[in-house]
Amino acid sequence: MSDTAFIEIRNAAKSFGAFEVLKDINLTVDRGQIVAIIGPSGSGKSTLLRAINELDPLTSGEVWLEGVQINRKLPHRQYEKHVNQVRQDIGMVFQHFNLFPHLTVRGNITLAPKMLKGLSTDEANKLAEEQLAKVGLSEKIDEYPSRLSGGQKQRVAIARALAMRPKVMLFDEATSALDPELVEEVNLVMKQLAEEHMTMIIVTHEMDFAASVCDRVLFMDQGVVVEEGPPEVIFQSPENERTRNFLRKHLARANGQA
Amino acid sequence: MGLDFSVVPSYFGVLLLGAGWTIAITIGAGLLSFFGGIVFAVAALYGHWTIRLPMRLFGWLFMGTPLLLQLFLIYFGLIQVGIDLPAFVAGVIGLGLHFAVYNSELIQASILAVDKGQYEGARTLGLSRGQTLRRIVIPQAVQAVIPPMGNNMIALLKDSALVSVIGVMELTLASQQAISRTYRPFEFYLTAAAIYYVINLGLEAALRRIERRIQASR
Ligand SMILES: Nc1ncnc2c1ncn2[C@@H]1O[C@H](COP(=O)(O)OP(=O)(O)OP(=O)(O)O)[C@@H](O)[C@H]1O
Ligand SMILES: [Mg+2]
Repeated sequence: MSDTAFIEIRNAAKSFGAFEVLKDINLTVDRGQIVAIIGPSGSGKSTLLRAINELDPLTSGEVWLEGVQINRKLPHRQYEKHVNQVRQDIGMVFQHFNLFPHLTVRGNITLAPKMLKGLSTDEANKLAEEQLAKVGLSEKIDEYPSRLSGGQKQRVAIARALAMRPKVMLFDEATSALDPELVEEVNLVMKQLAEEHMTMIIVTHEMDFAASVCDRVLFMDQGVVVEEGPPEVIFQSPENERTRNFLRKHLARANGQA
Repeated sequence: MGLDFSVVPSYFGVLLLGAGWTIAITIGAGLLSFFGGIVFAVAALYGHWTIRLPMRLFGWLFMGTPLLLQLFLIYFGLIQVGIDLPAFVAGVIGLGLHFAVYNSELIQASILAVDKGQYEGARTLGLSRGQTLRRIVIPQAVQAVIPPMGNNMIALLKDSALVSVIGVMELTLASQQAISRTYRPFEFYLTAAAIYYVINLGLEAALRRIERRIQASR
């Protein structure tokens, strides 16, 4: 492992049956770095992200976070304990929020800190208030998720992840399921996290957003990282033909929609 | 011979006591069928095969044979192997397990219908499989089947009359006693029917309240 690497993915490969979704992917992310992953549908972006917290374990290769190998081969019981532990350090935000509908916003945020970190109810409530204030939803603390807009749900989901004080945040198309007018409020929260130097890996279809907050952009296609670099290079003068094609098509589609 | 309800009031005490036992059996067996249903559902879905197999046989026994027979088996049958349960306890267990099997079917289907995003949301936070089941999946699965489980509870109330056969002095048996003294079956059975109806209304009101509270979170 290199000295500065905070997250390191080495020779990552993943197959579903005979179908190779990820092929020998290498990626290092430094502390505080913000990396965007872009690429066509089915290129393996979600699978790579989900490999980082063992939701979709790799077929081969290694994933390291701060000197700890996440996908260690361990006997079943020890493995379960290990992943439950390391997942506490990895926040993840999903396209469809995955809030718990039977719990209030407060319940959603306090559940894991109380269960896993032994916070008292008072401590957990304070934490929930803090995190909600951060995403601008203090007044929704006692609402059920069903009463929130999509943008509000996603901000609660972010607050819930942040309440575990993760070392890194993973976003899998956090704004893709939102009505266009609700995208900005979620982007703002993510930008704020960027300013606080949260380490983030962001799978996104929003090129403008990626260009404005990310330090690096990875373009994936058919299970490989085709090209990576700073956003100005990837978006303005990509070297690879496939990257250029993807961006051209993407731009055409985005303009077509507008 | 016309109807003559004038004999009924002097047996009100007996009938109300019977109604009390009916309510007690319904609550006891209802709770057993609720929690038993959850336990059976989890065991059926996630248990080791050494648990699942006997569970299947047990489920078949309770769904495929008459409740009446099950009550005889638990009350009279178990005495033979040295387990002498009071009739009330035997009735609660028989009725409770019988409906637990039905509730378990509902809850199993409901657990399987919980969105996989719920598991991912919970596991990503660091919750274990068991914690995810207990705190996220089962509460949602149970909430979703409260209405059909409510129907089972109403069926349970009505089937509680069967417990009279093992001598629990519940409403049906209490009416029979009154009848054996007065030879007024029509009057007492009608009165008992009216009391069952009132208890049923109470149960339905309670179920509606629970449903409304859950709806508030939807
Ligand atoms: N559990 C699975 N079983 C089988 N195939 C899968 C599974 N999950 C993903 N795949 C396949 O792996 C490929 C990559 O999927 P992945 O979800 O990582 O793509 P993606 O880049 O995130 O796409 P999108 O932009 O549509 O979200 C797809 O072809 C998908 O069908
Ligand atoms: Mg995806």
